[in-house]
Amino acid sequence: MSEAAYNFAYLDEQTKRMIRRAILKGLAVPGYQVPFASREMPMPYGWGTGGVQVSAAVLTPDDRFKVIDQGADDTTNAVSIRSFFERTAGVDTTTKTAEASVIQTRHRIPEEPLTEDQILVYQVPIPEPLRFLEPRESETRKMHSLEEYGLMHVKLYEDISRHGHIATSYAYPVKVEGRYVMDPSPIPKFDNPKLGDMAAIQLFGAGREQRIYALPPYTQVVSLDFEDHPFEASKADHACALCGAEHSYLDEVIVDDSGKRMFVCSDTDFCESRRAAGHVGEQAA
Amino acid sequence: MYVAVKGGERAIESAHAWLAEERRGDLNIAELSVAQIREQLSLAVDRVMAEGSLYDPDLAALAIKQSRGDLIEAIFLIRAYRTTLPRFGATEPIDTGAMACDRRISATFKDLPGGQVLGPTFDYTHRLLDFKLAADGDAPEAPMREAEIGEVPHVTEFLNREGLIEEAPHDTAEPPDLTRAPLELPANRALRLQALSRADEGFTLGLAYSTQRGYARNHAFVGELRIGSVPVEMDIPELGFALEIGEVTLTECETVNQFMGSKTEPPQFTRGYGLVFGQSERKAISMALVDRALRWEELGEDNQGAPAQDTEFVLYHADNIQATGFLEHIKLPHYVDFQAELELVRKLRAEADAGHVQEAAE
Repeated sequence: MSEAAYNFAYLDEQTKRMIRRAILKGLAVPGYQVPFASREMPMPYGWGTGGVQVSAAVLTPDDRFKVIDQGADDTTNAVSIRSFFERTAGVDTTTKTAEASVIQTRHRIPEEPLTEDQILVYQVPIPEPLRFLEPRESETRKMHSLEEYGLMHVKLYEDISRHGHIATSYAYPVKVEGRYVMDPSPIPKFDNPKLGDMAAIQLFGAGREQRIYALPPYTQVVSLDFEDHPFEASKADHACALCGAEHSYLDEVIVDDSGKRMFVCSDTDFCESRRAAGHVGEQAA
Repeated sequence: MYVAVKGGERAIESAHAWLAEERRGDLNIAELSVAQIREQLSLAVDRVMAEGSLYDPDLAALAIKQSRGDLIEAIFLIRAYRTTLPRFGATEPIDTGAMACDRRISATFKDLPGGQVLGPTFDYTHRLLDFKLAADGDAPEAPMREAEIGEVPHVTEFLNREGLIEEAPHDTAEPPDLTRAPLELPANRALRLQALSRADEGFTLGLAYSTQRGYARNHAFVGELRIGSVPVEMDIPELGFALEIGEVTLTECETVNQFMGSKTEPPQFTRGYGLVFGQSERKAISMALVDRALRWEELGEDNQGAPAQDTEFVLYHADNIQATGFLEHIKLPHYVDFQAELELVRKLRAEADAGHVQEAAE
């Protein structure tokens, strides 16, 4: 079937309507996981089918779309999802964070602060923050409705007593507006502080698990912690070897057989913009 | 200097081109046609239709060709296609009593109205490789006889007349649609059967086998197994009556299960039910056993904590498209998260080392 045989952004209008309803409900109850009738997409579960469905439901022909995976526009799956929407929606795409109106992401929040004119769509593998403490969905839904989050605090406490630290470095749980404990998707905890008080709309889509949740602009989002063990956003203790940035999240790259490493910005657009503006790191060619 | 670990558009395109070439294989060998797959690999076609939840032998055969014979990949292609199809309406419930049976056997009665019909089964073949098939064989011919016309009654109906088997639970509520509504628990039997019918054959087989070996054993007899075609009718509002719009081949299995009675029910036989597209006895029997195991609660049986009794466990893990997607996604880049873990482990190790040094000093 040719691309023309599909509706704008692939999904039919009734399906988009159903997804938009779930999104609106999610925005009305921040952090609450709304069940939705996720469709089988032409890419596998685990490749971002939830994010793709949310993007398809919010995209309009005037939008400018950006896709990142691990912070980068040129990772294979980001390339694949971008080209999917180029083909099925014909929307303009960009790699520039500031120029995008809808950004779909896997595992990162862009370094550059987002604005009120933007929507950030997250791909979510396991939307349930309590899942690894309680495997049953029927139980975890009850725990959320009763606001029964003791188990989570016990887990974090046990981490501290065993390791001296909370041993969660990504998908670090947060509490939204003092009510729902939410999984921020597997972003590094370095990105957690950006979740709260963000100007942009944040939408989370989990296709296989059939859940959508959302954070409206300027929502209070607090990473779970204890008074004597406050949350700490951590990153590799280096500067970017290419652009010299000291406060961006870094990828560690092994560069030779003897295991020599370099650290570079995971957000490729951020790094390129800085280099274009004349910032130079230690190993910039 | 910066090692490019990130792929791009060109890498993807080249990978797709290589895949297409590998799919075709040696150009000196004639290409398989979709019709050949449909006719000669029909049980593979049936599995793809059953788990893809779409009855279309030609498309299933095309999917098998495109997926290089990877049946789960073929099922995925069919599912992704199916989800784009518009829904015109729902058909009338099919009547398997009116099935034109190719095969119909009962393990509970030696003979019965409608007879035992073996049909095209592997059951009594000796599993010896037939090297004649490696050469070009003549078209095989089977002896013919006149088919018996008329309804073939279900075995369980005979038991029902004596009240020896539970009444088939009647539910007039509109069945939920797993493909249009999110799976939510508790799931009624219609929803469970729907999920099992498209469930992975291997997973269903494993669960069913576990009940036979004692994990929620339910003493199943195959009351009846039938394979054949049934007409599909649809009510056309403009006409005011139902029209036959086609035929589908189905495999239906009804198990008769021993039941000693419970607090609420007298001793009687109980039912397990399996129904799948195409010819797939393994799947239909497995489905019936798992269906029966999942019914423990309504029959007042004990929860033995067996996997096959656990509706949430069974329904959440039976779909091979969900399972294979999530399983295989771990090969996608995870270096951002891995980096976060690296930092954490380095930090914990540094502290552990410092702790040892301190202990030694003390």
